[in-house]
Amino acid sequence: MASKKFLYVNRKAPHGSIYALESLEVVLIGAAFEQEVTLAFIDDGVYQLLQNQDSSAIGSKNFSPTYRALGDYDVNRIFVERESLELRGLSKEDLMPLTWEDEDDDWAEKDSIHVVSSAELAEIIEQQDVLLNF
Amino acid sequence: MKFSIMVSEGPYTHQASDTAYHFTTAALKAGHEIVRVFFYHDGVNNGTRLSVPPQDDRNICTRWSELAQQHELELILCVAAAQRRGLLDEDEAKRAGKDSNNIAPGFEISGLGQLIDAGIQADRLVVFGD
Repeated sequence: MASKKFLYVNRKAPHGSIYALESLEVVLIGAAFEQEVTLAFIDDGVYQLLQNQDSSAIGSKNFSPTYRALGDYDVNRIFVERESLELRGLSKEDLMPLTWEDEDDDWAEKDSIHVVSSAELAEIIEQQDVLLNF
Repeated sequence: MKFSIMVSEGPYTHQASDTAYHFTTAALKAGHEIVRVFFYHDGVNNGTRLSVPPQDDRNICTRWSELAQQHELELILCVAAAQRRGLLDEDEAKRAGKDSNNIAPGFEISGLGQLIDAGIQADRLVVFGD
């Protein structure tokens, strides 16, 4: 099977619509297909990765712990747009720590999240074969 | 060229399904191949055979069914998205203990793997959403 570069672009808040949850479901299924997977979080999408989410007051399922499983699925290229964070008064410290274990480096635990500028993200988008927007 | 199509919105509220239909029709007419049309999010609502739009309006669901029949087009509804939204084929209805099913002819329920596969098989995956 040919290997392609898949980019999932997440632009919406975790709640208020179902796009974030159903995007994560595609990412988890897609991880089994041995393609190169990259995730981007821009605009309100950066809220999806916030630490300590609690959705009990709106009666929606808090699915944010699921992001922590991404590393186990070898999904470790996660890019968050710096401008989107800054516009919302957020920084990387406000986000969940997402890590993966590098088997080529004695299983060292490494950061999956990379905060990049809009221009850097544009370059990453440019390199992709398949782009899914959520 | 080989195209795959993803439809992310339901019928009538958004134009996404209409535009996807027109794109698909035009692509087929121009001799291109459509690998698959995958319906996700509220897009699965395009696959109900129970919609009854006014007679002077287009029937979005029937239109997809007819196109599928004419061109042996694969119309796939995501199973997880469909179950949430009450779109069931005969098997799913039985399994879930429901008294009816509502999938239109030409549509099939299948997994998200079909979306990933559509992206792999096609030269271009074109997404129609809001």
